[in-house]
Amino acid sequence: MRPFRLYEPTTINETVATLSELGDDGKLYAGGTELLLAMKTGLLQYDGLVNVKTVPELEGVSYSNGTLTIGARATHSTVEHSADVLAHAPLIASVEHRVANVRVRNVGTVVGNLCFAEPHSDPGALLLLYEAEVDIASPSGTRSVSVEQLVVGPYETSLAGDELVTRVRVPLLPNGMRGAYLKFGYHHRPTLGVGAAVSVTDGKFLDVRLTLGSAPPKPTRMRDAEAVLRGAAVDDPAVAIEAGRIAAEGCDAIDDLHGSAEYKRHLVQVFVQRALAEAVERGVK
Amino acid sequence: MVQINQKITVAFNVNGGDVEIDVTPETALVDMLRDGLLLKGAKRSCDMQVCGACTVLVDGLPVSACTVPAFEVRGKSVTTIEGVAADDRMAGLTDAFIDNAAIQCGFCTPGMVLAAKSLLDRNPHPSEDEIKDYMRGNICRCTGYKKIVEAIQEAAQKAVQG
Repeated sequence: MRPFRLYEPTTINETVATLSELGDDGKLYAGGTELLLAMKTGLLQYDGLVNVKTVPELEGVSYSNGTLTIGARATHSTVEHSADVLAHAPLIASVEHRVANVRVRNVGTVVGNLCFAEPHSDPGALLLLYEAEVDIASPSGTRSVSVEQLVVGPYETSLAGDELVTRVRVPLLPNGMRGAYLKFGYHHRPTLGVGAAVSVTDGKFLDVRLTLGSAPPKPTRMRDAEAVLRGAAVDDPAVAIEAGRIAAEGCDAIDDLHGSAEYKRHLVQVFVQRALAEAVERGVK
Repeated sequence: MVQINQKITVAFNVNGGDVEIDVTPETALVDMLRDGLLLKGAKRSCDMQVCGACTVLVDGLPVSACTVPAFEVRGKSVTTIEGVAADDRMAGLTDAFIDNAAIQCGFCTPGMVLAAKSLLDRNPHPSEDEIKDYMRGNICRCTGYKKIVEAIQEAAQKAVQG
C-alpha cells in the first residue's frame, strides 16, 4: 500500500479541523474494512488518514426515549451484541450478525459502512426501514440528514470533505409495526436485501415500509409498492404479488458480478412477497 | 503538503510476551507479525478479509491480520497460532484437529484453530449450527469442513469431560 500519515485526534472538533486542513489528501478512518481494501489496490489514495477510534465521544451504542444511538466507533459486533439493540430492535442485531464474517464485524463500523456507501451491503437498507438519521459535525457546526439523503450513489454520499458522521440515530418502529429483513446472495456480499415493516388492523395493512439494498446502486425506499399495500387486505396474495411487481419494475437494478438486472428484478419480485409475509407473521405473533 | 514519512511505535503483548516494534502506518498486522517478529503462522492469502488464513486474535477476538493495520494493536494482546501451539491448555483443541484429520494441506489451519478457540472461549458448548455459523468466514479448500466441525465438537466435548 502507498504510504500515508496517521492522524489521531481526540475530540470531534480536532477531527474535523484535521479533515479540513487535509482537504482532498485526507480521509476518515474507522474500521478500515472497506477503505483499506480500496487503498491496497490503489483505487483510492490518501496522504493522511484521520483515525476516529481515538475520539472517545464517538464510542458506543445507547438507547433512550425510543431511539437507539450508534456512535461512529461502534463496530458491527458491538451493535450485534449490544443489550440495548437486542432488547429494543432484535431485527438490527440479527441483520448485523449476518454482515460479512466475524472478523470483519469485529473491526468494521456501522457508520463507516454507511459512509463508504458500498452498494452490496445490508446496514443501509435496514436503517432506511427505521427511517434512521445521521448527525454530522464539521468546522462550521452540526447538521442532521436521513440515511436516505446521506447515501446518494455507489461509494458516494452527500457529505462534504470536512464533515464527520458522529452517530446514527435509529428510532424504533412505531407501535404495532413489525419488521423483517431478508437477504440473498452467494459468497460474501449480498445480491439483494429486502426490508419490510408493516402494521395491520382489521386484516388490512395500516402502514407499510419497504426498502431494497444491493440490487440497486444505493439503498432505496420503495414507496410506489408501499402505496398499493396501504389499506389492502393482508390475506389477499394478489396484493403482495402486485407490490412485488411494482417494486421490481420500479427498482433501478444494475448488472454486475452478483447478477444481471433482469435476474435481480426477479429476485426483488419474489423477496418483497416473502419479506411482507414474514413481517405480517411477526405482527400476528 | 503532508509529511508522510512516519514511524509508529507499537508496544503490545504477543502470545504472553511484551514486545515493542516500530512500523509505518500502512504496515498490515500480518506483515509486522511475519516479517518483524518472525511469527509465520498467519498467512496472507486472499488479502481482502474473506478467507481467514490470516486470522489472529486481538484481545481474544478474531480479526483479519491482512488488512488490520499494525498500529491498531498498540496496548493490546495478540494471540497467534504459535501461542496456541505453546499453550498446553490448548492441546485439546489442536489434538482434536489432528485426531479428526481436520487438516489436509494445512494452509487454513492456523486461522481455523484460532477462530475455533475464539468461539469456544465465548461459547464452550456450541451446537453444530453455531459452529458452522461462526466458522463460515474461514475457508478451507481441502477437507470439505465436515472434519473441522467434528474436531471442534470433539474439543468442546473433551473440555467438558476434563
